[in-house]
Formats: sequence, C-alpha cells, structure tokens
Amino acid sequence: MSELLEVKNISLSYGAKNVIRDVSFSLSPGQIIAVIGSNGAGKTTLLKSLNGSIEPDAGTVLLKGDAIANLSRRQIAQQISVVAQENETKFPVTALEFVLSGRFAHGGVFGWESDDDIATARNALMMCDLEEHSGRLMNELSGGERQRVVFARALATRATILLLDEPTANLDLSHQAILFRLVRERCKSCLGASVIVTHDLNLAAEFSDEILLLKNGSVIAKGAPHDVLTADNLRLVFDADVIVDGHPTSGKPRITMSYI
Amino acid sequence: MTIQKEKRYLGGFRASTWLAAAGLFLLVFLLAILFGSEKLPAASALCSFFNGDCGLTAEQNAILFEIRLPRVLLGMATGASLAVAGASFQSLLRNPLAEPYLLGVSNGAALGTMAAFVLFAQFEFAKPILAFAGACAATFAVYRFAGTRTGMNTERLVLSGVIVTTFLSSIIVLLTTLLDTTRLRSFTFWLLGDLSQASKNSFYLAIAAAVIGTIILMAMARSLNLMMLGERDAFDFGVEVKKTRLVVFATASALVGISVASSGSVGYVGLVVPHIVRLLIGSDNRLVIPASAIAGAVFVMFADTVARTAIAPRELPVGAITALIGAPMFIYLLKKN
Repeated sequence: MSELLEVKNISLSYGAKNVIRDVSFSLSPGQIIAVIGSNGAGKTTLLKSLNGSIEPDAGTVLLKGDAIANLSRRQIAQQISVVAQENETKFPVTALEFVLSGRFAHGGVFGWESDDDIATARNALMMCDLEEHSGRLMNELSGGERQRVVFARALATRATILLLDEPTANLDLSHQAILFRLVRERCKSCLGASVIVTHDLNLAAEFSDEILLLKNGSVIAKGAPHDVLTADNLRLVFDADVIVDGHPTSGKPRITMSYI
Repeated sequence: MTIQKEKRYLGGFRASTWLAAAGLFLLVFLLAILFGSEKLPAASALCSFFNGDCGLTAEQNAILFEIRLPRVLLGMATGASLAVAGASFQSLLRNPLAEPYLLGVSNGAALGTMAAFVLFAQFEFAKPILAFAGACAATFAVYRFAGTRTGMNTERLVLSGVIVTTFLSSIIVLLTTLLDTTRLRSFTFWLLGDLSQASKNSFYLAIAAAVIGTIILMAMARSLNLMMLGERDAFDFGVEVKKTRLVVFATASALVGISVASSGSVGYVGLVVPHIVRLLIGSDNRLVIPASAIAGAVFVMFADTVARTAIAPRELPVGAITALIGAPMFIYLLKKN
C-alpha cells in the first residue's frame, strides 16, 4: 500500500540550535504514530513540518508522493488537518462557527458554507459530545470544552491525515478516552492516519501502532510500542527510572514512575 | 428545519436588523441634509431631489447641492472606509482594539497628505497617493513593532500604536512650521478630522474607494474569519496567510489614506462601529464588513451633523465629536479585555 506521508531525512535548526536531526519515517493508511520525548526534543516542530507550516532546512516531506513544498495551502489542508495546542480568540465566535472554519479548504474562498458543511460540522460536534454547546461562544467554554471544539474542527475537515499536538492536555479521563477512540476508529474505518504528539506514555502505548522516541531532535527508537517503550530507552530519554509492565487487559506496555 | 435554524447562528443574519439599519441610514441622511447652520425646509428640500423647482430659494438650493450634499456624501464615504478598515485591521491583528487612528495609520496618512500639500501642491491626486503610502508605512511599522514570535498581545499593539502616532505627530508639527498662519489654521482643523473642505474630486474618489475597498475586503472575509482565530490556525486550515495579510493591509491602508486625504484624521470610527456591529450580529466578517460600512457611514454623518449644529453658526471638527464618543469606549474595552 502506498504511504500517505513520507518524511525523508529532514533536519531543521533555529539559529545554531539543531531542533530536528535527520528524521525519517512514513505513515501508512490506518496507522497511528505517537511522537514522544522530553520537553524541547523537537516534537512540536516535527509535527509542524509535516504540514508545511515550517520548512525543513534539509530533507523532504511527501504527501501521497507529492513534495509538500509544491502544494498550495488548500491542497494540503484538504488532506491534513491539525489539532494544535489551544488558542484563545478575543472575538465572540460560536463553537459551531469555529468548527465550520475547518471547512474552509473545501468551499469557495469567498462563499458561504453549504448545508453539507453545516451537517458535517454538527456531526463533528456531536461526536465530541458537544451538541448542546454549538451556539455558545468559544470564550465562555471551559478549557476542556474548548479543546474538544478544536478537535471537532479537525474532524470536520474530513482530512485523511490528522496531526495532533498534545490533544488531551486539558481533558478529563472520559473525554481523553473518547478522543483517542475517535482517532482510532477514524483511522481504521476510513483508512485515515494520525500522528500524535503526547506526554502521556500510557495512552501512546495503548492507542498507537508505532512510536517515535525523540531526544534532542534525533530519533532514538522507532517501532511497535513494546519495542520502544522499554525501561532502558525511557531512562535514556527522560533521565528517570520507570517500571514497565503489561496492561492488565490489553497487554500493551504500561509505564509507572518509580519515585525513588 | 434544524439546519436552517443553525444557519442563523452564523453571524446571526436577520432581515429585521438590516431593515432597521436601512431605516436608520435614511433617517440620519435626512437629518444631515436638512440640519446645519442654515436649516432647510424638509418638504421642499426632499422634493428638489426629484424635481427641479420646489420652492427653495437659489441660495438654499446652492447650500443643499453645492455644500451640504457633497459634505454628507464625503462623511458617508469616510465613515464607511474607516469602519471597514477598522474591522479588517482587528481581524488581521486578532485584536478588537486595533483602530487606524490609534495604530498611527491615520497619522501616517496625514503626514503623507501634508508632504503632498507642501511638496506637490499643484497635483491634486498627489494627496491621496502619498496618504496611501504614509498609511502603508505606518501599518508596516506597527505590525513589525508589535509582532513577536508568539503573536501579538494587546499591550504591545497599543504601545506600538502610541509610539508610531507620537513619532509621526512630531514630524507633522515640525512640518507645520513651514506653513503660514491662514494655512496653519485650516490645516489644524483638517488634522482633527474635518469634512468642510469637500471638493467634487475628493468626494468622488472617496466614494469610489469606499465601495471598491469594501468589496475587496468582503471577498477576503472568509479568510479573515480564520485569521481572526490565529494565523497558525488559518495557515493549517488552508488560508494563504501572506497573500491575505498583504491584500488586507494594502486595501485597509488605501481606505484610510484616501479618507484622511479628503477628511483628515477622524478618530475612533474604526473602533466604535465594528464593536457595536459585532455585539448585534456576531463576528462573521462576511456580515461584519458590509454592516460596518453602513454603520460607519451613519456614525460619521450623525457626528458631522452634531459638529455643524452644536455651536452653529460656528463649526466643530467632526473628529472631536467621534473622539468624544470613542475615547471612553476605548477605555471601557481595554478594561474589559
């Protein structure tokens, strides 16, 4: 099967600081890749380079075989949607209007949303358990609700590839599970794929097919969760001792800090 | 049907709001036409729009068509231009406090106009062209000073505006020393925002600019809706951010430049009007921009009517009236922010 995204030897530096060093990986249909690593390891920068928000100094990113640098913003946005870390707007925008902004790349630039766009947006709000909030203003919602609206907007794009940056930072347990289940269902059912940056190692273990472990911009380990999430690897990256055992029901790696 | 019902959330389009706006527009237009240092008889004045002879004296006829109508139309164009420019700057800078006058853009245009006045007095069209150039330069300066890697906060934006404004003001003051006393007085009046010097050429240009600029910005409105939520977001969801920024900055600067060249720096219109419009119909720029054009026209026509009648037969600069309304509102918004 052809790859959705191919990242080939990208490197990037801010001034003298190398943020990403020679990173390569590929994302196939149906796959979820989790990117983990310590603070400042280059996770967010890597994610931004995947949709062309940041241009790498070296290397290329191919979207279904086309170099991303040669595609228009619209073409990219139709294929890749993003859940970035939270932002706040000072204008009175309703949750529904916010989610509808995700339909931008699918309509005429000057025009109005079609009934189909509105139905898609309402459906995305419903999936994220937000239907009763659709008419509320964004700045009246709680942090967690707002984060779910941001996620609903990404769903509303119906893009194949979903890039998520710390999507669960403000969410309670049940909404974390809802979000990850939605990402997984979407990837399995319609052959979409996701790249998720997260600090939650257990969620990464549970929901991803492949894990990229980053340190100082380099990939330290790459592969299935049980190959990457070993006590040795995690000590190397996080400089902390952890206990890795198996999840009681799924058998996926389970990481516990050993606070000694 | 639920979809129809939901659609009303999108900017809250209601026919009644727009009918009320049209009614208010006509009412204020009539007030502006009829009142002034010389009050005109309503029935005859209205009739003379449609018929040649309705019992107005030759003098009244001249006041109506030669003096007042051009002035009211110029006020309309100025108000629409400034309000639309304000709404666009606010969306682009993601800050409801952005306003052409407070950002120093009006002062940039004023300096340009003044340079044209001093250097190229013989070319009438040098004024709007240099005013546009000055407005662009000031916009660019504020944008560069206020922007940081992580975006733009209110404090930085307001402070950058103050710095650009005061810097340009001091150059304007330096330049005024080149003027003789009579020109100085009319210049000072103009600087505060003054519609009394409406000439035919200036108001044709101002009206054409207001209409074309509003149409261009309406065409950018959906992109602006995303820019308003954040440049990064807009970029991620398919907006050509650089192109949008360039077109909107240039168009809004042209609107400010041309209105300042003919009417001086009428302040706070771009702050007060979009704010009230958003309270009434929400933040969707596809509605906010045309609604701001109408409301801005109404606001300046009204303020100018007050300026002409409050201490008649003497006149106030219209900018003094708009600032009296706008400055307290700015403080209120700043506290609320």
